[in-house]
Amino acid sequence: MAFGRLTGLQGMRYRGGGPMLAFLLHRVTALGIILFVGLHVLASFAMQQVIWGDFGIFINTIYESPWFQIFVIFCVLYHALNGLRIVIMDFRPGLLKYQREALWLQWFIFVPIYALTIFVVIQRALAGG
Amino acid sequence: MMQTRVVPQRGFNLDYIMFIFTRVSGLSIVLLALVGIILAMVMGARTQMDLGTLMRWTFFPNPNHVVNSDIPDVTLGWANAYWSTMQFLLIFFAFTHAANGLRMIVEDYVNRGVGQLLVRGFFFLLWLFMLITAIFVVLSS
Repeated sequence: MAFGRLTGLQGMRYRGGGPMLAFLLHRVTALGIILFVGLHVLASFAMQQVIWGDFGIFINTIYESPWFQIFVIFCVLYHALNGLRIVIMDFRPGLLKYQREALWLQWFIFVPIYALTIFVVIQRALAGG
Repeated sequence: MMQTRVVPQRGFNLDYIMFIFTRVSGLSIVLLALVGIILAMVMGARTQMDLGTLMRWTFFPNPNHVVNSDIPDVTLGWANAYWSTMQFLLIFFAFTHAANGLRMIVEDYVNRGVGQLLVRGFFFLLWLFMLITAIFVVLSS
Protein backbone atom coordinates (compact mmCIF):
# COMPACT_ATOMS: atom_id res chain seq x y z
CA MET A 1 0.00 0.00 0.00
CA ALA A 2 1.57 3.25 -1.11
CA PHE A 3 1.93 5.96 1.48
CA GLY A 4 -1.02 8.32 1.63
CA ARG A 5 -3.12 6.34 -0.82
CA LEU A 6 -6.07 6.36 1.58
CA THR A 7 -6.57 9.37 3.79
CA GLY A 8 -9.18 10.55 6.23
CA LEU A 9 -12.24 8.40 6.80
CA GLN A 10 -11.30 6.19 3.86
CA GLY A 11 -8.06 5.24 5.61
CA MET A 12 -9.75 4.51 8.91
CA ARG A 13 -12.32 2.13 7.43
CA TYR A 14 -11.69 -1.50 8.30
CA ARG A 15 -11.57 -3.44 5.06
CA GLY A 16 -12.40 -6.88 6.39
CA GLY A 17 -14.91 -7.57 3.64
CA GLY A 18 -17.24 -10.54 3.43
CA PRO A 19 -15.51 -12.88 5.90
CA MET A 20 -15.43 -10.16 8.57
CA LEU A 21 -19.12 -9.47 8.00
CA ALA A 22 -19.82 -13.21 8.33
CA PHE A 23 -17.87 -13.39 11.61
CA LEU A 24 -19.73 -10.36 12.96
CA LEU A 25 -23.16 -11.55 11.82
CA HIS A 26 -22.50 -15.03 13.23
CA ARG A 27 -21.95 -13.54 16.69
CA VAL A 28 -24.82 -11.06 16.46
CA THR A 29 -27.26 -13.71 15.24
CA ALA A 30 -26.08 -16.06 18.00
CA LEU A 31 -26.91 -13.43 20.59
CA GLY A 32 -30.28 -12.88 18.87
CA ILE A 33 -31.12 -16.59 19.03
CA ILE A 34 -30.04 -16.81 22.67
CA LEU A 35 -32.17 -13.77 23.50
CA PHE A 36 -35.22 -15.33 21.83
CA VAL A 37 -34.81 -18.89 23.10
CA GLY A 38 -33.94 -17.79 26.62
CA LEU A 39 -36.96 -15.49 26.84
CA HIS A 40 -39.12 -18.19 25.26
CA VAL A 41 -38.12 -20.83 27.82
CA LEU A 42 -38.55 -18.42 30.74
CA ALA A 43 -41.94 -17.30 29.36
CA SER A 44 -43.07 -20.91 28.94
CA PHE A 45 -42.01 -21.60 32.50
CA ALA A 46 -43.82 -18.48 33.74
CA MET A 47 -47.00 -19.40 31.82
CA GLN A 48 -47.17 -22.68 33.72
CA GLN A 49 -47.03 -20.95 37.09
CA VAL A 50 -50.01 -19.29 38.71
CA ILE A 51 -48.16 -16.21 39.94
CA TRP A 52 -46.04 -15.26 36.92
CA GLY A 53 -48.62 -15.86 34.19
CA ASP A 54 -48.89 -12.15 33.34
CA PHE A 55 -45.13 -11.92 32.88
CA GLY A 56 -45.24 -14.85 30.46
CA ILE A 57 -48.04 -13.28 28.45
CA PHE A 58 -46.12 -9.98 28.35
CA ILE A 59 -43.06 -11.71 26.84
CA ASN A 60 -45.23 -13.73 24.46
CA THR A 61 -46.71 -10.56 22.97
CA ILE A 62 -43.19 -9.24 22.31
CA TYR A 63 -41.99 -12.17 20.26
CA GLU A 64 -45.30 -12.79 18.54
CA SER A 65 -45.01 -9.41 16.84
CA PRO A 66 -44.05 -9.60 13.13
CA TRP A 67 -40.99 -7.37 13.67
CA PHE A 68 -39.48 -9.75 16.19
CA GLN A 69 -40.34 -12.73 13.97
CA ILE A 70 -38.56 -11.16 10.99
CA PHE A 71 -35.50 -10.60 13.22
CA VAL A 72 -35.55 -14.13 14.65
CA ILE A 73 -35.94 -15.78 11.24
CA PHE A 74 -32.92 -13.81 10.01
CA CYS A 75 -30.91 -14.94 13.04
CA VAL A 76 -31.80 -18.62 12.82
CA LEU A 77 -31.41 -18.93 9.06
CA TYR A 78 -28.14 -16.98 8.86
CA HIS A 79 -26.62 -18.75 11.86
CA ALA A 80 -27.57 -22.17 10.48
CA LEU A 81 -26.21 -21.51 6.98
CA ASN A 82 -23.03 -19.81 8.20
CA GLY A 83 -22.49 -22.58 10.75
CA LEU A 84 -22.80 -25.22 8.03
CA ARG A 85 -20.23 -23.32 5.95
CA ILE A 86 -17.86 -23.19 8.93
CA VAL A 87 -18.28 -26.92 9.60
CA ILE A 88 -17.58 -27.79 5.97
CA MET A 89 -14.54 -25.49 5.89
CA ASP A 90 -13.18 -26.91 9.17
CA PHE A 91 -13.47 -30.52 8.14
CA ARG A 92 -12.14 -29.84 4.63
CA PRO A 93 -9.48 -27.12 5.03
CA GLY A 94 -8.62 -27.33 1.35
CA LEU A 95 -11.88 -25.58 0.57
CA LEU A 96 -10.71 -22.45 2.47
CA LYS A 97 -9.26 -21.31 -0.87
CA TYR A 98 -12.83 -20.71 -2.03
CA GLN A 99 -14.03 -18.97 1.14
CA ARG A 100 -15.24 -15.80 -0.59
CA GLU A 101 -17.08 -17.78 -3.25
CA ALA A 102 -18.65 -19.87 -0.49
CA LEU A 103 -19.83 -16.68 1.21
CA TRP A 104 -21.51 -15.53 -1.99
CA LEU A 105 -23.10 -18.97 -2.44
CA GLN A 106 -24.33 -18.71 1.14
CA TRP A 107 -26.01 -15.36 0.42
CA PHE A 108 -27.56 -16.79 -2.76
CA ILE A 109 -29.10 -19.60 -0.70
CA PHE A 110 -30.06 -17.28 2.17
CA VAL A 111 -31.85 -14.52 0.27
CA PRO A 112 -34.60 -16.58 -1.50
CA ILE A 113 -35.48 -18.61 1.61
CA TYR A 114 -35.52 -15.53 3.83
CA ALA A 115 -37.50 -13.47 1.32
CA LEU A 116 -40.13 -16.20 0.95
CA THR A 117 -40.45 -16.64 4.71
CA ILE A 118 -40.80 -12.94 5.54
CA PHE A 119 -43.25 -12.61 2.64
CA VAL A 120 -45.48 -15.15 4.39
CA VAL A 121 -44.96 -13.45 7.77
CA ILE A 122 -45.81 -9.98 6.42
CA GLN A 123 -48.78 -11.32 4.47
CA ARG A 124 -50.14 -12.88 7.67
CA ALA A 125 -49.45 -9.72 9.66
CA LEU A 126 -51.26 -7.54 7.12
CA ALA A 127 -54.18 -9.97 7.02
CA GLY A 128 -54.41 -9.60 10.79
CA GLY A 129 -53.48 -13.21 11.53
CA MET B 1 -5.02 -0.90 27.79
CA MET B 2 -5.38 -3.23 24.87
CA GLN B 3 -4.00 -6.73 25.25
CA THR B 4 -3.68 -9.57 22.83
CA ARG B 5 -5.99 -12.51 23.26
CA VAL B 6 -4.51 -15.69 24.72
CA VAL B 7 -4.60 -18.41 22.11
CA PRO B 8 -6.04 -21.75 23.33
CA GLN B 9 -3.42 -24.40 24.00
CA ARG B 10 -2.97 -27.53 21.94
CA GLY B 11 -4.00 -30.88 23.33
CA PHE B 12 -7.01 -32.68 24.70
CA ASN B 13 -8.49 -29.85 26.78
CA LEU B 14 -11.75 -27.96 27.15
CA ASP B 15 -11.18 -25.78 24.09
CA TYR B 16 -10.52 -28.80 21.88
CA ILE B 17 -13.50 -30.76 23.23
CA MET B 18 -15.84 -27.78 22.82
CA PHE B 19 -14.51 -27.09 19.31
CA ILE B 20 -15.56 -30.60 18.27
CA PHE B 21 -18.78 -30.43 20.26
CA THR B 22 -19.81 -27.10 18.68
CA ARG B 23 -19.50 -28.59 15.20
CA VAL B 24 -21.25 -31.85 16.09
CA SER B 25 -24.08 -30.16 18.00
CA GLY B 26 -24.59 -27.60 15.22
CA LEU B 27 -24.96 -30.39 12.67
CA SER B 28 -27.24 -32.28 15.07
CA ILE B 29 -29.52 -29.28 15.56
CA VAL B 30 -29.85 -28.82 11.78
CA LEU B 31 -30.55 -32.55 11.42
CA LEU B 32 -33.17 -32.53 14.22
CA ALA B 33 -34.82 -29.49 12.64
CA LEU B 34 -34.93 -31.22 9.26
CA VAL B 35 -36.47 -34.35 10.81
CA GLY B 36 -39.03 -32.18 12.61
CA ILE B 37 -40.02 -30.19 9.52
CA ILE B 38 -40.18 -33.29 7.28
CA LEU B 39 -42.30 -35.28 9.72
CA ALA B 40 -44.57 -32.27 10.26
CA MET B 41 -45.04 -32.13 6.47
CA VAL B 42 -45.77 -35.87 6.40
CA MET B 43 -48.37 -35.38 9.13
CA GLY B 44 -50.23 -32.85 7.01
CA ALA B 45 -48.58 -29.53 7.76
CA ARG B 46 -49.10 -28.25 4.22
CA THR B 47 -52.85 -27.89 4.60
CA GLN B 48 -53.38 -27.77 8.35
CA MET B 49 -50.63 -25.60 9.84
CA ASP B 50 -49.65 -21.96 9.66
CA LEU B 51 -46.02 -20.93 9.44
CA GLY B 52 -45.59 -20.37 13.16
CA THR B 53 -46.85 -23.84 14.01
CA LEU B 54 -44.59 -25.37 11.39
CA MET B 55 -41.62 -23.53 12.92
CA ARG B 56 -42.60 -24.81 16.37
CA TRP B 57 -42.65 -28.37 15.04
CA THR B 58 -39.34 -27.80 13.33
CA PHE B 59 -37.38 -26.60 16.33
CA PHE B 60 -39.31 -27.84 19.32
CA PRO B 61 -41.81 -30.61 18.58
CA ASN B 62 -43.85 -30.29 21.75
CA PRO B 63 -47.60 -31.10 21.64
CA ASN B 64 -48.17 -28.00 23.76
CA HIS B 65 -46.78 -25.96 20.88
CA VAL B 66 -49.30 -27.11 18.29
CA VAL B 67 -52.57 -26.81 20.18
CA ASN B 68 -53.60 -24.04 17.77
CA SER B 69 -53.37 -26.16 14.64
CA ASP B 70 -56.30 -28.10 13.23
CA ILE B 71 -54.74 -31.53 13.54
CA PRO B 72 -56.82 -33.77 15.81
CA ASP B 73 -55.46 -35.93 18.63
CA VAL B 74 -52.40 -33.81 19.24
CA THR B 75 -51.99 -34.93 22.82
CA LEU B 76 -52.81 -38.57 22.13
CA GLY B 77 -50.86 -39.32 18.98
CA TRP B 78 -47.85 -37.04 19.13
CA ALA B 79 -46.95 -36.77 22.83
CA ASN B 80 -44.94 -39.95 22.80
CA ALA B 81 -41.43 -40.99 23.77
CA TYR B 82 -40.08 -40.28 20.29
CA TRP B 83 -40.92 -36.58 20.33
CA SER B 84 -39.85 -36.26 23.99
CA THR B 85 -36.46 -37.71 23.07
CA MET B 86 -36.22 -35.27 20.18
CA GLN B 87 -36.94 -32.41 22.57
CA PHE B 88 -34.41 -33.51 25.18
CA LEU B 89 -31.73 -33.93 22.52
CA LEU B 90 -32.52 -30.49 21.10
CA ILE B 91 -32.49 -28.89 24.56
CA PHE B 92 -29.14 -30.46 25.44
CA PHE B 93 -27.46 -29.63 22.13
CA ALA B 94 -28.89 -26.12 21.89
CA PHE B 95 -28.15 -24.96 25.42
CA THR B 96 -24.67 -26.49 25.52
CA HIS B 97 -23.89 -24.94 22.13
CA ALA B 98 -25.26 -21.60 23.34
CA ALA B 99 -23.49 -21.55 26.71
CA ASN B 100 -20.19 -22.47 25.10
CA GLY B 101 -20.69 -19.83 22.40
CA LEU B 102 -21.36 -17.14 25.00
CA ARG B 103 -18.30 -18.29 26.94
CA MET B 104 -16.16 -18.01 23.81
CA ILE B 105 -17.48 -14.52 22.99
CA VAL B 106 -16.88 -13.24 26.54
CA GLU B 107 -13.47 -14.91 26.86
CA ASP B 108 -12.31 -12.92 23.84
CA TYR B 109 -12.36 -9.92 26.18
CA VAL B 110 -11.17 -11.62 29.38
CA ASN B 111 -7.65 -12.54 30.41
CA ARG B 112 -6.60 -15.86 31.84
CA GLY B 113 -6.84 -16.30 35.62
CA VAL B 114 -9.57 -15.30 38.03
CA GLY B 115 -11.68 -13.56 35.39
CA GLN B 116 -11.73 -16.63 33.18
CA LEU B 117 -12.64 -18.82 36.14
CA LEU B 118 -15.52 -16.51 37.07
CA VAL B 119 -16.76 -16.43 33.46
CA ARG B 120 -16.68 -20.21 33.20
CA GLY B 121 -18.41 -20.63 36.55
CA PHE B 122 -21.12 -18.14 35.59
CA PHE B 123 -21.85 -19.75 32.24
CA PHE B 124 -21.80 -23.23 33.77
CA LEU B 125 -24.44 -22.16 36.30
CA LEU B 126 -26.48 -20.40 33.58
CA TRP B 127 -26.28 -23.55 31.42
CA LEU B 128 -27.42 -25.74 34.32
CA PHE B 129 -30.27 -23.36 35.20
CA MET B 130 -31.59 -23.12 31.63
CA LEU B 131 -31.25 -26.89 31.12
CA ILE B 132 -33.24 -27.68 34.27
CA THR B 133 -35.86 -25.03 33.48
CA ALA B 134 -36.35 -26.27 29.92
CA ILE B 135 -36.60 -29.92 30.98
CA PHE B 136 -39.07 -28.93 33.69
CA VAL B 137 -41.18 -27.06 31.11
CA VAL B 138 -41.21 -30.11 28.82
CA LEU B 139 -42.04 -32.59 31.56
CA SER B 140 -44.85 -30.49 33.01
CA SER B 141 -46.45 -29.45 29.71
